[in-house]
Amino acid sequence: MSGPILQLRDVSLSFQGIKALNALSFEVARGEICALIGPNGAGKSSLLNIINGVYRADSGSVTFNGEQFIRVRPAHAAHLGVGRTFQHNALFRHLSVLDNVLAGLIRQSRTTLLEHAFGVGRDRRETREFTRRADEIIAFLDLTRHRDTVVATLPYGVQKRVDLARALVGRPSLLLLDEPMAGMNQDEKHEMSRLILEANASLGTTIVLIEHDMSVVMGLSHHVVVLDYGRKVGDGSPEQVRRNPDVIAAYLGTAH
Amino acid sequence: MSTVGTETIEGFSSSREIAQSARDRLRAGSVVVLLAALTAIPLVANDYWLNAVLIPFLIMSLTALGLNLLMGYAGQASLGSGGFMSVGAYATYNLLLRLPELPLPVSLLLGGVISGLVGVIAGLPSLRIKGFYLVASTLATQFLLEWLFNQYGWFSNYSTSSSISAPRLAFLGHDLSSPTGRYLLTLATVVVVTATAVRLVRSQTGRTWMAIRDMDTAASVIGVPVSAGKLKAFFVSSLVIGIAGALWAFAYLGTVDARSFNLDRSFQVMFAIIIGGMGSISGNFLGAAFMIFLPILLDHLGSGVFGGAIDPGQLENFQKALFGALIVWFLIKEPRGLAALLSRAWTQLVSRINR
Repeated sequence: MSGPILQLRDVSLSFQGIKALNALSFEVARGEICALIGPNGAGKSSLLNIINGVYRADSGSVTFNGEQFIRVRPAHAAHLGVGRTFQHNALFRHLSVLDNVLAGLIRQSRTTLLEHAFGVGRDRRETREFTRRADEIIAFLDLTRHRDTVVATLPYGVQKRVDLARALVGRPSLLLLDEPMAGMNQDEKHEMSRLILEANASLGTTIVLIEHDMSVVMGLSHHVVVLDYGRKVGDGSPEQVRRNPDVIAAYLGTAH
Repeated sequence: MSTVGTETIEGFSSSREIAQSARDRLRAGSVVVLLAALTAIPLVANDYWLNAVLIPFLIMSLTALGLNLLMGYAGQASLGSGGFMSVGAYATYNLLLRLPELPLPVSLLLGGVISGLVGVIAGLPSLRIKGFYLVASTLATQFLLEWLFNQYGWFSNYSTSSSISAPRLAFLGHDLSSPTGRYLLTLATVVVVTATAVRLVRSQTGRTWMAIRDMDTAASVIGVPVSAGKLKAFFVSSLVIGIAGALWAFAYLGTVDARSFNLDRSFQVMFAIIIGGMGSISGNFLGAAFMIFLPILLDHLGSGVFGGAIDPGQLENFQKALFGALIVWFLIKEPRGLAALLSRAWTQLVSRINR
């Protein structure tokens, strides 16, 4: 399928009269890494929440894979192929890395409660297949030695990678990353950038991410969208955005 | 240097896997030994032990298992256990009464399924509310069910007394009404249900439940079926508790009496899993043992050591205070209960022996 994978047209959202997003339009091309940047409160997380159905836009439309959403529920967005990681740690903390990643496959399950209870029918085959796929992603993200560790006991940077693994295992066509490098040191950021680039290149996943570190954004993304107070002030390649005077005024020049 | 580091870590993880499989084998072995011992118990134990200690212990374990699936694994707190026990007991009673041609295990299972379906209805509020508010709504279920069985005579076959005697228990021509028969019926049921539950919590269903428990918002965003998962937890939990209720009536008390399934019973089951360990299968047995054995022990202590100098009423109050204190202690110090406490002690023991 050609054309943009994601298209937003005049999307507006307000919370109790305060405009979080104001008639926002942009496109994400298939296979690219698109970064959303902007000062705190610019509406970046709200935008991700609209794309995967956690929030519903007041007006405007979201078109994903040629299908226009009037209203989408998060679970339905996941079924359509929108993956998601979270800004704040949202792992299943008492479960192992493997079980967290396996949870990302539950929506693709075809087995029933009775098959699980008695280990009959398709259950064994599905368990084997899911475990194989989970192990593949775990190895891909260099998590094999943590496979059976309970996630709550892992360092923060590793937990962020588990979150990425849980989103990637279902092979989403669009992956939304909400500050995947927040709270990481430089080494961890480089490692995470490398993994994101690799997921994009070898799995062909289109990625929309929110990130504050400009050097990371410039090195990672093909396309940058700049938000300020819910409006779009810049949209283009990293080079174009860096030279855009509005962007410099709104974000690069003043806030940092 | 980094290569050396990786090698050590990999070496560590593989030795850990070996330890894991050894521990699994040890655990399986001890389960087999325990089962053999439990089956052989009627050869040595007298009727008092079977009737007053072991049968209620096993049934309480089963009830705790039922609640633990819902509360410890799926994270949905409930105070309706007594109510679901009564549904199982009355449903099985009516099945035995009205469809006597059904074999006993089928009646027990169907009674459980009916209780499970009532559980699904009682679980509907969990799709909207959680925590304290959900507890309040299950409390309403408990009171509603108590009222229902008192109010409508059909459930107790229009018996004039409030408690009705249970029909005779028989399976494949064997009479199971002796203490040994009732004990073996209970044991067999507990073993089958527990084995199924162990499989279930390790399966995708168990993973769904624990994902909902740990972070329901993230679960729904990644496509875990949260609503269906909650209702399935209510179904399986109430099914198990319903079977336990039927056993409580037929294998333990010998009567079906709504008063033995009141709110006190619901609290007792909840205390058993808090003390034994939420989210643990063995914790149900530890918690149930605690709830059943401690009062008996205190009783004997009261009459034996102090020669009856302590008033039984006082003893009962003391027991309640002790339970309260223990529950507060466990909630603060060890939320994963006796099961976690014992497994930690065991690990320390093993590492000391190995050293």
